[in-house]
Amino acid sequence: MNASDPRLPAPVALYAARVPVFPRKIDGWFRRFKWAVMAVCLIVYWGTPWLRWDRGAYAPNQAVLIDVAHRRFYMFAIEIWPHEFYFVAGLLIMAGIGLFLVTSVVGRAWCGYACPQTVWTDLYQHVDRLIDGDRNAQLRLQAAPWGLGKIARRLGKWAIYLAIAFLTGGAWIFYFADAPTLQRQFWTGSADPVAYATVAVLTLTTFVLGGFMREQVCIYMCPWPRIQSAMLDEKSLLVTYKHWRGEPRGSLKSSQRRAESGLPGLGDCIDCLQCVAVCPTGIDIREGPDIGCITCGLCIDACDRAMAQVGRPRGLIDYCTLEDAETGAPGKPDTPLLRTILRPRTLIYFTIWAGIGAGLLFMLGTRSRLTLSVAKDRNPEYVQLSGGAVRDGYTVKVRNMEDRPRPVLLTTSGVPGALIYTDEMDDHAAAPRLALNVPADTTLRLRVYVLGPKGAKPGPEQFRIHALDHDRGDDDARVTFSTPEGDGH
Amino acid sequence: MTHDSHHTPAGSRRDDATGTHTVGHEWDGIEELDTPLPRWWVTIFVACIVFAIGYVVLYPALPGLNGATPGLLGWTSRGTLAADQRANYASHAKLRAAIAATPVEDLIRNPVLQRAAIEGGSAAFKVNCVQCHGAGAAGGKGYPNLNDDDWLWGGDIGAIWQTLQHGIRYPGDDATRSSQMPAFGKDGILTAAQVQDVVSHVRVISGQEAVSASAQRGAALFAANCAVCHGANGEGNRAVGAPRLTDAIWLYGGDRDNLTETVTYARNGVMPAWSQRLDPVTIKMLAVYVHSRGGGEVTVPPVTPPSP
Repeated sequence: MNASDPRLPAPVALYAARVPVFPRKIDGWFRRFKWAVMAVCLIVYWGTPWLRWDRGAYAPNQAVLIDVAHRRFYMFAIEIWPHEFYFVAGLLIMAGIGLFLVTSVVGRAWCGYACPQTVWTDLYQHVDRLIDGDRNAQLRLQAAPWGLGKIARRLGKWAIYLAIAFLTGGAWIFYFADAPTLQRQFWTGSADPVAYATVAVLTLTTFVLGGFMREQVCIYMCPWPRIQSAMLDEKSLLVTYKHWRGEPRGSLKSSQRRAESGLPGLGDCIDCLQCVAVCPTGIDIREGPDIGCITCGLCIDACDRAMAQVGRPRGLIDYCTLEDAETGAPGKPDTPLLRTILRPRTLIYFTIWAGIGAGLLFMLGTRSRLTLSVAKDRNPEYVQLSGGAVRDGYTVKVRNMEDRPRPVLLTTSGVPGALIYTDEMDDHAAAPRLALNVPADTTLRLRVYVLGPKGAKPGPEQFRIHALDHDRGDDDARVTFSTPEGDGH
Repeated sequence: MTHDSHHTPAGSRRDDATGTHTVGHEWDGIEELDTPLPRWWVTIFVACIVFAIGYVVLYPALPGLNGATPGLLGWTSRGTLAADQRANYASHAKLRAAIAATPVEDLIRNPVLQRAAIEGGSAAFKVNCVQCHGAGAAGGKGYPNLNDDDWLWGGDIGAIWQTLQHGIRYPGDDATRSSQMPAFGKDGILTAAQVQDVVSHVRVISGQEAVSASAQRGAALFAANCAVCHGANGEGNRAVGAPRLTDAIWLYGGDRDNLTETVTYARNGVMPAWSQRLDPVTIKMLAVYVHSRGGGEVTVPPVTPPSP
């Protein structure tokens, strides 16, 4: 009996250690695209909180601001209140359907190019190459015993990791408060403890997830790869090794030897392993579709270079649909790109996506910036007054979403001859209408009494506001007026 | 790869497709792979257990017969509530001090203090007053409706404040509002027939009945027995808490049965003197709140006698 006998079970490991990935540097179309997406993502992430947007004296002047304390969300010219959260919900639904759309066309493009985990992992892998050198140097250093040099290199690299992580975690908080002010407070130690805690947590997660966990997040933790594999179909463009062209694989030399001895030639794959060397998740694309493949296309770049060196046509590894892969083996040409992209499934996704977007834009354009809501007192429903008159109480809310105070006139109709006043006035001051000044960006809450004259009948009651300033705008709310005779129903 | 190994279960074999071995069981040809967990997962799992031990030591955790173990930090949810309440009271301290320093008549002319007092009074009302006056302050039989414009002892802010502080017919408070209606029928001042005549008259002056012979007899009885408090025309007198009898509002009901009971046995409602139970600021806030319920009257400045 021998421990290495393959017929016998190997010892069961309690856990599987990570196999480190040291992707080789590569240049090519997809690498450049990845660079561009990374640049855009990082510039947007780090730059956005510092854009200013003039909103006048009553609202913050930061272009993008999630003001949790005051329950406002500002995005350039748009201001969202909590009751308009459906805009945010709509955007999230659009993001979801947008991902369906992209996935059904080009597979896990989100994973490969735009996902923060991918962007930061990529950034950290560049740091690795900067400090330790390219793949081979990194492998050597990994295998080398711990010495002063290795310790110094590791500490230096982790310091850079930490600096990037701190900048990443640090930038997050500026979306939630005035960025220049918060930055001053942050460095002088006078910022809210929540700010420091948030930066600490996000620095730690970036440091660990980007510096050390890397592709394990995609393979083990993230649910998205599983969802996406369910959304792919045989017409989705995926990074594919064209095995019918590449196999049987073999080096140039063995191919030549076979040709000399009159055997059939080998496939195009020269088994140079460059596609494996550049893969940021450390898989071998030639084994077929893989949950570890984030479809970043770097193996396409690597293979294209190798093919160019040996004078064979590019695209041994390329974006290709499963359908074309099946019919491609006998040599049929690929489906035209436009037909792959424009098909019922993607068109339906796009229609839903664009429909929601158009609906949101329509609602944004037509939403009211001055609204009225009224709730009637239920206890007591009415108050009998000594002279025979009847009084009902209402809670009136006038919402002014503009960033300036607005003069508004509150009137009521329904009960003939009714007068209104508030709990801060006495009934001598009751009048047919109330002039209000609604503060900027505020919901004004009033207790309003409606004084029905003697003999007033129960029935529908309508409150109405209209703005007295140049912008105009009005709203109304329907309630009921109750008397000892009932509420009119 | 790795290598913390333990023994291989019986019946285990290596799976050709994955290179992983099985757990050793087999159900109708289906076997389970014994895929090792990623090391980072095991690390986090162990870290969670360590965290949980620390949590059990520091916070209340293990249940016992008389409560959970207290934990080294001494944290309790009750303590958190108490701290929140202290912080809340502290945040109100300025407003409370301002309300304490402001005469109650001036509170309703200061929009900020008036608003604060209405909110504070509303909260205190829910705790102390709703038992009799109802959640909407609409009262009930024998308990006045505080929303209307009919006030037994006065409805301006000062009068409401006075009533709240000292109560009505409340034993143990020298300044309590006091008066006593005689039990006309029970004490034999009026006969049962005379009581009915007085009731007829009251129903006439309140516009509920047409004039009748009984009401005419009652008018004379009213002038002799009732007018001293309720006024010659039944207009009432707030100095003695005698209600106006000519309006649409009845504390105990304006129908014949209720009026008969009132005249026969009299009514003498009681309200506590709240200065014995609540702090002065809360009483002021309650006064402002009651005044804001819609029936509050404008303070009438005392008539100063013309200087000689």
